[in-house]
Amino acid sequence: METDLNSQDRKDLDKFIKFFALKTVQVIVQARLGEKICTRSSSSPTGSDWFNLAIKDIPEVTHEAKKALAGQLPAVGRSMCVEISLKTSEGDSMELEIWCLEMNEKCDKEIKVSYTVYNRLSLLLKSLLAITRVTPAYRLSRKQGHEYVILYRIYFGEVQLNGLGEGFQTVRVGTVGTPVGTITLSCAYRINLAFMSTRQFERTPPIMGIIIDHFVDRPYPSSSPMHPCNYRTTGEDTGVTYPSVEDSQEVCTTSFSTSPPSQCVFTVTKAHFQTPTPVVTDTLRVPMAGLAFSHQPAALGVGSADLAYPVVFAAGLNTTQPHQLMVPGKEGGVPLAPNQPAQGAQADQERVATYTPSDAAHCAATPSSSEDTETVSNSSEGRASPHDVLETIFARKVGAFVNKPINQVTLTSLDIPFAMFAPKNLELEDVDPMVNPPDSPGTGSPLQGSLHSEGSSGGSSGHTHDDFVMVDFKPAFSKDDILPMDLGTFYREFQNPPQLSSLSIDIGAQSMAEDLDSLPEKLAVHEKNVREFDAFVETLQ
Amino acid sequence: MNCRSEVLEVSVEGRQVEEAMLAVLHTVLLHRSTGKFHYKKEGTYSIGTVGTQDVDCDFIDFTYVRVSSEELDRALRKVVGEFKDALRNSGGDGLGQMSLEFYQKKKSRWPFSDECIPWEVWTVKVHVVALATEQERQICREKVGEKLCEKIINIVEVMNRHEYLPKMPTQSEVDNVFDTGLRDVQPYLYKISFQITDALGTSVTTTVRRLIKDTLAL
Repeated sequence: METDLNSQDRKDLDKFIKFFALKTVQVIVQARLGEKICTRSSSSPTGSDWFNLAIKDIPEVTHEAKKALAGQLPAVGRSMCVEISLKTSEGDSMELEIWCLEMNEKCDKEIKVSYTVYNRLSLLLKSLLAITRVTPAYRLSRKQGHEYVILYRIYFGEVQLNGLGEGFQTVRVGTVGTPVGTITLSCAYRINLAFMSTRQFERTPPIMGIIIDHFVDRPYPSSSPMHPCNYRTTGEDTGVTYPSVEDSQEVCTTSFSTSPPSQCVFTVTKAHFQTPTPVVTDTLRVPMAGLAFSHQPAALGVGSADLAYPVVFAAGLNTTQPHQLMVPGKEGGVPLAPNQPAQGAQADQERVATYTPSDAAHCAATPSSSEDTETVSNSSEGRASPHDVLETIFARKVGAFVNKPINQVTLTSLDIPFAMFAPKNLELEDVDPMVNPPDSPGTGSPLQGSLHSEGSSGGSSGHTHDDFVMVDFKPAFSKDDILPMDLGTFYREFQNPPQLSSLSIDIGAQSMAEDLDSLPEKLAVHEKNVREFDAFVETLQ
Repeated sequence: MNCRSEVLEVSVEGRQVEEAMLAVLHTVLLHRSTGKFHYKKEGTYSIGTVGTQDVDCDFIDFTYVRVSSEELDRALRKVVGEFKDALRNSGGDGLGQMSLEFYQKKKSRWPFSDECIPWEVWTVKVHVVALATEQERQICREKVGEKLCEKIINIVEVMNRHEYLPKMPTQSEVDNVFDTGLRDVQPYLYKISFQITDALGTSVTTTVRRLIKDTLAL
């Protein structure tokens, strides 16, 4: 039985397989460039679109593929493999996928080469287009940028699946039977991606400090030492704050849980220090938001020592990494920046009270002159204060309009960071000899009142100044290098509006009582004017 | 000849219905479309080129590939939009299904009209769920994305079994096999229909409509 192909068919088949291999590589690599692919349909055949599909040919990729094939074709035992791997900016790399174009011995002698085989190869390429968007590496490759890039490597010979880790999965794209063997296209992909992230972050110190802003184009510079916390520098050169705001590392809020009530805020009160202002920081619970970034055009890079080619250079992957914790020293100048490892230790980060005994002592020694502290919200900031101490008042809003006794709030709320300091500081305030306001005690009470209202508005106020570490606050979407007044500054300046007087317990209670008393009078007045009101209502209808 | 039938099921949130259906339908049509045929002398023909493009979903963490044909995309979006509206207005359990049927026309003698003989039917069953919190929605985004990945793999698997496909037609027969009405691509003849299942599990409106249509067609 004549089963051999005639020479024309054989030549055609070889050509088909060769170009199929080249197109396969193009599809795979282009799918990992990190951007959406779009090609146009054309009703008139151009003659150069193999398999009737518009697949662009990136010259470097073709060159590499041809080099790897070296004139050979996939055959039994000789497969063409495209390896997709990920390489971080620190140099760690990890294989993500291996795409294999294999040939086995099972022949389909009956099949027509120029027609059926060609069309089936075309169908297989379409399947490849669909499948390349479906494996996990696709989403990774769409998000590549500063943190990592996706590389590819083509080799010919035996398939090596060792680098994929344990438990890798395989997906078969399809098969096409030919008279010389069956072509199989498949992909083995790693599923254990978690390995990568922990490994990466364990080995490398976080270079970025806190990045809440996911969309910054440039990699964040390494954290500078101490920075003032967010305070309103009245009387001080406001220009000073802005540069520090840029690379300040503080955060003002702790965990905002999804359930509305508990929200930890701190307000900063300002006073002058002779020595540079201490940094007050707080912990930030930064969610590992994964891979978020902004797109930039891809560029194919060429040439690396080990035949792996970076597929894209795009900008800006930012993972939010836990903040750097800065503890103010006594002189206010010593930065302590323990770099916290990212993901694994995230849970531990949540309430880290990084204070040292020396700082606590400092705290006690510093006259916590509450009357001198001016809350940011307080409009009377021009007031001279004998002790120009930069302090923070830690206020916890338990919920709007909730009036709770201060101590109760602090003791029961376990999730305020530094909660244990809050009541203590109140006590300090009470015993402090300097608490006496400069004015007479009578007029001192509004101040006290405002402080109390501050506290009673929802929570514990405390002078938790030196015990807190300030972390940078970089709001998402803000660009801090263009305008001096950016979102972050705005937020910091206006985050602590003055308490509504009606919310304070005493004043609130009083006014409530007054309101109740005046109700009968008001009702009487309204009844007198009932006709007017009715007429008014009718005009509305 | 038997008609090949494939059924896929998805559970999605209301706003994901459109994108999920489009992803599946476009993936199937990608495999079932060729370039435009240009017949030459002696019964030979050449085939145009099919372009492709990636489409990111807004409500699902998923990207699918479709044929670069605006006409085809518009046609699909129209019918998927109708399906979505019907689902929403049905007020039922949020169960419905769309069918993509590939058929061949067989000419019949007068007075009988042409027969439509399906050779492949893809049915996508949709179950719409309502979610309460944003967190659930976020999880749903990812989950549905993963499910759609599985569906695409299923579709590709079926496609690559290389089972029955209509023979390549001669020039006179091409309209019985392919939809030659589009400008840039040529899918196999297809029709899309949908049904909304009410609480009893019976599909009401469209079945009745179809019965009437079929009766009148005769």
